[in-house]
Amino acid sequence: MAKVFLYPTTSLILSDLVARFGHKPLSAALQIRERIQTAGLESPPLQITPEEPKKGLRWAAVEVPSGVRGRMSLYGPMIDEAEAAIIINNADYSFGCMGCARTNELIKYLVRKRGIPVLDLEYPQNEEEGVEFVAAIKRFLDTLVGGPQ
Amino acid sequence: MSKVRIAQLSCGPEYSGVQKEIDEAAAAVDAEIFFPDLKLADIRHSFDEFGLEVRSPDLKLAIARAKALVEGRVEADAVFIATCFRCAEAAIVRNELRRYIHEHSRLPVVSYSFTERTTAGTLLTRMEALTTIARRRALLAREVQQGLTMGVDSGSSTTKAVVMRDNEIIGTGWLPTTAVLQSADDAVAQALSAAGVNRDDLQAIGTTGYGRFLVGEHLKADLIQEELTVNSKGAVFLADTQRGPSTVIDIGGMDNKAISVQDGIPGTFTMGGICAGASGRFLEMTSKRLGVDITELGPLAMKGLSRNVPMNSYCIVFGTQSLVNALAAGSSPEDVAAAACHSVAEQVFEQQLQEVDIKDPVIMVGGTSLIQGLVRAMGDLLQTEIVVPHHSQYIGAVGSALLASGFIKGE
Repeated sequence: MAKVFLYPTTSLILSDLVARFGHKPLSAALQIRERIQTAGLESPPLQITPEEPKKGLRWAAVEVPSGVRGRMSLYGPMIDEAEAAIIINNADYSFGCMGCARTNELIKYLVRKRGIPVLDLEYPQNEEEGVEFVAAIKRFLDTLVGGPQ
Repeated sequence: MSKVRIAQLSCGPEYSGVQKEIDEAAAAVDAEIFFPDLKLADIRHSFDEFGLEVRSPDLKLAIARAKALVEGRVEADAVFIATCFRCAEAAIVRNELRRYIHEHSRLPVVSYSFTERTTAGTLLTRMEALTTIARRRALLAREVQQGLTMGVDSGSSTTKAVVMRDNEIIGTGWLPTTAVLQSADDAVAQALSAAGVNRDDLQAIGTTGYGRFLVGEHLKADLIQEELTVNSKGAVFLADTQRGPSTVIDIGGMDNKAISVQDGIPGTFTMGGICAGASGRFLEMTSKRLGVDITELGPLAMKGLSRNVPMNSYCIVFGTQSLVNALAAGSSPEDVAAAACHSVAEQVFEQQLQEVDIKDPVIMVGGTSLIQGLVRAMGDLLQTEIVVPHHSQYIGAVGSALLASGFIKGE
């Protein structure tokens, strides 16, 4: 079983897919709902304190906005721990969404810099692409150590 | 009294750990923060319509929420826009949303860029101003002072007191703030003595400034109100521009205020926030280094040319370094004084005045408005004739005395 980092980390569907195919998803289980009644699209259910942006200094310098550093305090350890990663580009908000574009750029860069196996996919736009999307994820997960060979 | 509902448009406060501080600041002034409820599907549509191509989804959400407020799909009493400090994308959105809401609605709006160190205390005055505008529109519309009232402005550098009778200032008191209550008592004694009235004769008292709560309780004030709305009122009263637009600039000892005013009521405002190189404190230091009284700095600066001395720093230490270097290189005290005034005006212009809509008349108030060199420098930067009304240093106290008259029994 490999530890697979997911982007968007809030994607419950992606998280479920990885678990179904026998691996451990590294993600934030935040539900993106149809109605947004919180501060941001992926407002954390846990209470983040001003200490988190300070912990985020490990991944982003002090001149980087506090919101980026606060997010990195959550996602940075996951990236460090990951043995593989799946990145879905241009995903629909309902699939999973991360509110800050600067954090997203940094996360993708740090994942690629790790040198772990990474699957880069575009979000599917129709059913046919959707089927191929799931198949591509399955093929990728099958190649990972501990997955069904 | 129902709670004032403040709509929050933001990016990053929860992950910065400051959402709790924002909620606390609002609760302290009996207001509540809420997030305009939108459908996920509406975000893209509203964002496309607005036309500002940003990449962060939370900023797109903020834009969609601003449109919902302006179009009346969501009701609010005021708007608070907050984004991370040092994020360029968010700064563009913050400014454009503030302008958009100000131009297309009557909602009072304040914007703020936070770090993880932002506290409820820092946000309190801004939240209080938002709720005052939403809650006390009728009081803020008051244009005439009636009866015998007193206003006390307990500021970070000086404490001012003014006694007014039937729309006229009849007594003033002004002294440096040391022990807050003692300074207030002394300023009040000066003002009462100058007015020739007794404390018991006063029909109402108002307090403002940093020490407003403490002094207000001590004096059993009828009105305790933050300085943003009070100073706006005082400024347009003294400048006799109560109707129509105006801009109020107050460069204080500890922070600066820039307020865009319509009919005497603030629409948008900023309260800095920025370093001491852009405050009255730097001018105090300059006068000390030049060996002149602060009252002599203005006339001295009027005789000098700021362009002869390079001085441009947010930081009071670096600013003082420029000052010392210039004097050591043989610059004249006049040029140095002019450069110090220009430097302060430039920092305020660059850091704060970009966040409000400058509309004539521009009124400078507070103690620093008596430094002519500073007023000239600001006028040069804004390319306009600055208005400095008589008694401009008493602005908060005058505004307090004027508004307090709304609390006279029977009013």
